[in-house]
Amino acid sequence: MNWEAFWLTVRLAALVSTLLVVIGIPIAYWVSYSRWRWKFLVEAAVALPIVLPPTVLGFYVLVALGSRSPLGRWWESITGHPLAFTFEGLVIGSLLYSLPFAVQPFAASFGAVDRTLLRASASLGHSPLQTFRRIVLPLSRAGLVTGFALSFAHTLGEFGVVLMVGGNIPGVTRTISIDIYDQVEMGNYSSANQAAAVLLVISFVVLSVVYGVNRRVWAVGPWR
Amino acid sequence: MAVNLPPATPAALAAPLPAISSELEIRIRKRFPNPEGSFNLNVHFRALAGFTVLFGASGAGKTTLLDCIAGLSDPDEGRIAVGGEELYESEKKRNVAAWKRRIGYVQQDLALFPHLTAEENVGYGLRALSVGDRRTRSREMLALFRIDHLRDRRPGQISGGERQRVALARALVTEPRALLLDEPLATLDRPTKSALVADLRRWNQEHRVPILFVTHNGEEVFALGDEVIVLNAGRILSQGRPHEVMQAPRLETVAHLSGVENIFDATVLALHETRGTMRCRLGTGEVELETPVVRAEVGSRLRVGIRAGDLLLATTEPHGLSARNILPGTIRRLVQRDVVISAMVECGGSEFEVHLTLAARDALHLAAGKNVWLVVKTHSCHLLETDSKVNPLRNS
Repeated sequence: MNWEAFWLTVRLAALVSTLLVVIGIPIAYWVSYSRWRWKFLVEAAVALPIVLPPTVLGFYVLVALGSRSPLGRWWESITGHPLAFTFEGLVIGSLLYSLPFAVQPFAASFGAVDRTLLRASASLGHSPLQTFRRIVLPLSRAGLVTGFALSFAHTLGEFGVVLMVGGNIPGVTRTISIDIYDQVEMGNYSSANQAAAVLLVISFVVLSVVYGVNRRVWAVGPWR
Repeated sequence: MAVNLPPATPAALAAPLPAISSELEIRIRKRFPNPEGSFNLNVHFRALAGFTVLFGASGAGKTTLLDCIAGLSDPDEGRIAVGGEELYESEKKRNVAAWKRRIGYVQQDLALFPHLTAEENVGYGLRALSVGDRRTRSREMLALFRIDHLRDRRPGQISGGERQRVALARALVTEPRALLLDEPLATLDRPTKSALVADLRRWNQEHRVPILFVTHNGEEVFALGDEVIVLNAGRILSQGRPHEVMQAPRLETVAHLSGVENIFDATVLALHETRGTMRCRLGTGEVELETPVVRAEVGSRLRVGIRAGDLLLATTEPHGLSARNILPGTIRRLVQRDVVISAMVECGGSEFEVHLTLAARDALHLAAGKNVWLVVKTHSCHLLETDSKVNPLRNS
């Protein structure tokens, strides 16, 4: 079992899912409440990573991060090193890859908040943003936990995007799923087995949390 | 047919209203699609401090009207002002956001915040106050509505009547400039209802703001209304003091809404203007009734409404009564609704619904097939207009 790869993966997943809470909430807010007629195009774009082969996504991210792209050049001029094949590049690729797993549960739970509560909040003098903070967010706790946990679990197990964007640099971009692939390639089955079992257990625990917070008796809420 | 009269003008609209700072002025036109064809809300009225009851069947546009006033829905055009301040004015493109209007609104389903305690719900609208002041004010309000013992409970843990109180307290604590109540008593039993009404009255004696109170229950109109506005299919049918509008309904729709069970076609047979009465024949049958006179001609046709609760039944022919109409008839059937017996009585080709108590049924041994006499007072007969052409003389 390669503990270096394991901790790198956990660090990556924790960072990505935390950032996705920050990025995903405004996107989900907009998706839930906007009445723009072309909104569905944005929704489709956000959902793309669910169906796109990770290698395709990884390829475009690699191109976008590369030294020839504006983003890559800008990053290099600031930090002095390229973005591709770094941990930061991996974070950007993973953010895109896991975006729908955060945004969709967020948006679903925002949309499930009873509109009459929002109306009541407005008639009690609260702006839409204050209403969002004091009513929508607290009532969407299950959706927020779900989005965080799903994007964490999804990032934990990614393979294709990591390989395309990060390569396989020990301690920098070698995640546990790539490590498993390497171990099998080398015929090192017992090490691969250990790492696979750890991933399996963590994924199961995370999904148990998701289904636990969404249990019917809780989704209705301890408050009702 | 031959009934040609000037249209009835509700007295309340004709008299000039004094300018009061908390007055609510509404002129709204709003078209909205409805499964049963498009629907036009078109109303114009003023509401002074005190209770104004908006009365009408469901679908009359009552809730839409409140939504427009609260700013939760936009009219197509018009003007909404409270205390002289314009909240909405289509020509000036003025439309104050709902959260800046300071209008209290208790929605039909109350919309208490499920994740907050009763005290937090009540304090929710006091955002501008410090934590301490907010707590003091919320607790005062909870005490006023006699729910201080519930302050740490969540809406899911308290009863329906208590929830109504929390919702009212939450709206009132912000000291709104006007209060909109959408059927807040609909689901309450009678004692709870009257206690809540008393609390509301007490609060309003101090604050004197216009309260628009929506209901489709005729009883609540009498219990609350300083003024009643009858709304039907988006329009105001009639406006005035409750006893004027409800007890002697002049419009057939109002009669239906306020629970006039017996409505008949009638033909005028004779006028006794000096006595203030006239004789009418009901439908094509042989029943003749003495009714209050209206300015109509012999032979003209109109509609007569009689409340089932205003009719008396006798098992022997009564003598020495002041009532002018004593009609022989036969009970066709008895239907029990709660503690009220509805007797359907046939008299010379017309069927009357009569409301009786259980005790009356048992004491008189009433049953289907029994011969009875119906007693109808002249002034229990309300002449109705279907299209504002009949004007009862006694009201003008």
